[in-house]
Amino acid sequence: MSRTHVTTTVNGERREFLCEPQQSLLDVLRDELQLTGTKEGCATGDCGACSVMLDDRLVCSCLVLGVEAEAKSIDTIEGIATDEGLHPLQEKFLEHAALQCGVCTPGFIVAAKALLDQNPDPDEQQIRYWLAGNLCRCTGYDKIIRAVQDAAQTMRGEAS
Amino acid sequence: MQSFAYAAPETVEQVIAVLQEHSQAGKPAQILAGGTDLLVQIRSVDGSARTIVDVKKLPETNRLEIGASEIYVGAAIPGAVLTANTDLKARLPGLVEAIDLIGSTQIQGRASLGGNLCNASPAGDTIPALIANAGRCQIAGPAGTRELPVEEFVTGVGTNALGEGELLLGICFTPPAARTSDAYLRFIPRTEMDIAVAGAGVSVTLDEKGICTAARVSICAVAPTVLLVPAAADALIGTSLDDEALAAAGAACTAASSPISDKRGTAEYRRKVVAVLCKRAAGIAAERARGSH
Repeated sequence: MSRTHVTTTVNGERREFLCEPQQSLLDVLRDELQLTGTKEGCATGDCGACSVMLDDRLVCSCLVLGVEAEAKSIDTIEGIATDEGLHPLQEKFLEHAALQCGVCTPGFIVAAKALLDQNPDPDEQQIRYWLAGNLCRCTGYDKIIRAVQDAAQTMRGEAS
Repeated sequence: MQSFAYAAPETVEQVIAVLQEHSQAGKPAQILAGGTDLLVQIRSVDGSARTIVDVKKLPETNRLEIGASEIYVGAAIPGAVLTANTDLKARLPGLVEAIDLIGSTQIQGRASLGGNLCNASPAGDTIPALIANAGRCQIAGPAGTRELPVEEFVTGVGTNALGEGELLLGICFTPPAARTSDAYLRFIPRTEMDIAVAGAGVSVTLDEKGICTAARVSICAVAPTVLLVPAAADALIGTSLDDEALAAAGAACTAASSPISDKRGTAEYRRKVVAVLCKRAAGIAAERARGSH
């Protein structure tokens, strides 16, 4: 089995790995780069637990091959908090208890950040449609939507 | 034993060479664009090893041109790029709404128009919209480039007209004439993230008095392949798209259907709902055509 050498940028840092052609980017992140924040839910692109940014576009990392990451930029849940602390989305998910088992949470936060980066003031319907590809089997979504709305408000500099 | 391999050629000639080489050696090779169907199929349907030929590095599959004499959409462009393009949306709103219906935000980030067509699902949402707009497949192969109307591209459930060493580069359209527009509607039991129970794409051209002078109607999920329904178009042409004409077009869609019954709907239900979708899509396309100049 021939392994391919791939050079990529993950969360702003240059990373290299070897992978087999059929390995997904999700497998590579978790098993080769030990970035286990990104979760595997369905492995068929239905649940969004493995959401990452690939060249600034939201994708399911289970539906990307590791070899396709060559010369690309990948941003994962591990890159969202800074040295100063948690991202407002992470804080609001905690505050609103917008998680229970937590498997879907990294995907929701990556996806919600992608939304707020392009639309700082989405309405509830826009949030629900944008996050339709992220499944949560615990919370029932309401707390997640409220956490995203509250984080958006905080990020816009408005008092909640 | 055959093992998985990955190739990402940068020219069309190289893709053709890789595909031919594999075909002659009896080794399986498969084209990858967005991967949202292919990787799922590898994982859950047929996991056998093959060479995956990524066509995303070709200029031809990434080119998006909305010109005065031709519209060209590269086969590998992801949905998110197409739905964000306001020019394309202004020219072919029905096609863009069909693209936008596919999958989640994450899927839109990868899934391509060419992939949706090549995957050749009877319920492929973009296919009726492509056919309604008289899209023409640009196919490259060992013998050169050929063109094929979209309605002739899909040959069966999951099969297409691509021959040995061939790949789909993109889809061409003649830009809509004055007072011409399109619409696509599908029915799903949920509000998002589902597969069409039935769908209809319609394009109409009106004259200055509002009489329909040209139309194309295409329906999906009601037959093994997406259908062009000339009888439905004929029912619209020469009319003011009044209720009677719309009903006749809907009835022609029902007559053209040969659906199956499955968990999404019975054959009887699909035959009925496809008529409603045709009528409504024709109404929306007409409204858009009246507003365009």
